[in-house]
Amino acid sequence: MNKQTIAVIEDLEHRYRDQQALAGIRLEFGRGLVTALLGPNGAGKTTLIHLLLGLIPVQRGRIGLFGDQRPGSDRARARIGVMLQRSGVQDNLTVAELIDLFGSFHVVCESTAELVAEAGLEGLEARRFGRLSGGQQQRVLFALACVGRPDWLILDEPTSGLDPVARRALWAAIGARRAAGTSILLCTHYLDEAQQLADRVVVLNCGRVLADGAPDAIRRQVARDRIRVRTVLSADALAALPAVEQVGVIDSGHELMSSNATASVRALLAADPTADRLEVAPTDLETAFLHLTENAA
Amino acid sequence: MNPVSAPTWAPTLYLVQAQWLNLVRTPAYTLPTLLFPVMFYGFFGLLMIPGGARPLLGSFATFGVMGAALFALGVGIATERAQGWLKLLRASPAPVAAVILGKAAVAVLFGLVIVVVMSAMAAVFGELRLYTGQWLGFAAVMALGSLTFCLMGLAFGLWLSPNAAPAVLNLIYLPLGFLSGLWIPAQQFPGWLQELAQWLPPYHMAALAHAVLGVREAEIGISLLHLGVFSMICLLFAIAGWRRLDGVR
Repeated sequence: MNKQTIAVIEDLEHRYRDQQALAGIRLEFGRGLVTALLGPNGAGKTTLIHLLLGLIPVQRGRIGLFGDQRPGSDRARARIGVMLQRSGVQDNLTVAELIDLFGSFHVVCESTAELVAEAGLEGLEARRFGRLSGGQQQRVLFALACVGRPDWLILDEPTSGLDPVARRALWAAIGARRAAGTSILLCTHYLDEAQQLADRVVVLNCGRVLADGAPDAIRRQVARDRIRVRTVLSADALAALPAVEQVGVIDSGHELMSSNATASVRALLAADPTADRLEVAPTDLETAFLHLTENAA
Repeated sequence: MNPVSAPTWAPTLYLVQAQWLNLVRTPAYTLPTLLFPVMFYGFFGLLMIPGGARPLLGSFATFGVMGAALFALGVGIATERAQGWLKLLRASPAPVAAVILGKAAVAVLFGLVIVVVMSAMAAVFGELRLYTGQWLGFAAVMALGSLTFCLMGLAFGLWLSPNAAPAVLNLIYLPLGFLSGLWIPAQQFPGWLQELAQWLPPYHMAALAHAVLGVREAEIGISLLHLGVFSMICLLFAIAGWRRLDGVR
């Protein structure tokens, strides 16, 4: 492991009774990078996070953190900040009490006042956790993850269930941490979140790594473009056009997925010169993700 | 940001403080746990049974302390385990032993609050007079006995679901108190029930309390042995339950 690597996973396998949760996982996590972990439900994301945190023991393979620290060791836990899907934070404790409590677990921690300001929780210090809105609660959990000045933040679906404004507020807080050099592992179902925040995307499915690379590289891996058009041609005629792989009906006409948009559009206009409302867009991360996971299934 | 240094003893104290605040701000725990034994003691020990202030102080204090420990640890841990709080603490650098010790300390403290309230009632309304050493000994018996039921609560909390925990613990708590002679002295039970009572931990905790309060002699060594063995059995179940957490998603 070099100095720019904070975690190495080698040949990791994990089973729950008869179910293979992870198989042959090999990953490295670089310092100062945001890695998004994507995958459908049951892909093995939460198992991987629990293994990294030492919440469940490694059955086969190896995980090395910050050099040779094992997951769950005192030194590893001191350097990782965690935001879990279900935190079960005690509703009767106030924001300040929670930050003070989690701060006490670390030898060096952020000051409560500065952390409250960073998380946008000013004026809420004395309010009990159970009386906060969903967005405010997520910001408190983010603050608890950050209180120990972690080298690595592991965030499991941090914006799940939040409205767009609250999501963007949390994105800004995550972005600020990234700018300060904190490495981040972001497990999310929101592809736009990964697109917005991540330097690298790892797609898991059925316990295996399907794709691993920069968001743009993942998109390019699925070389398909989306074409929207209003045309008199039937769906069958559209499906017969060159490079068209998929045809769907949308409100404004048809949506085609093409492996060569130029060839498809030329043929389309030749067949129907009256076609209008033509839009061509490159594959977004969501389309790439769906393509990868559907093909794997 | 400017870092702040935290003292090394801080986590345990903060955990005790946080769990104390969470407990006392939960009326569903504090009201029944505090009021029921105190109310029963006032009714039976001070109003209904002449001369009951002294013996029933030992019995109902045992009943109260047992409830405080069983429900704080049993329901508390089962709920926190299911809702993810325990997982979050395990993933954080919180000293794991302090998480459990903090909860037990809070349960013992709350039990002692019940003991102090009952003792004050006994002194004021029941005119009970004891030497300082007896009061302190009584508190010590209650605090040590409470640990046995903390371990029992911990074992149940690590194995039961949060929905099952309150029901199961209530099913155990009340009959255990009755069969141990906390409501009616075991000496008034039929012979076979007296035999059974002598195998139950609250019987031995109450026996020690009665000995300190000067109600009746007790076989202190045997009572301590019973409580010790029962505590060890609960500890083994608790350790197995804790290890089971590793395999739970």
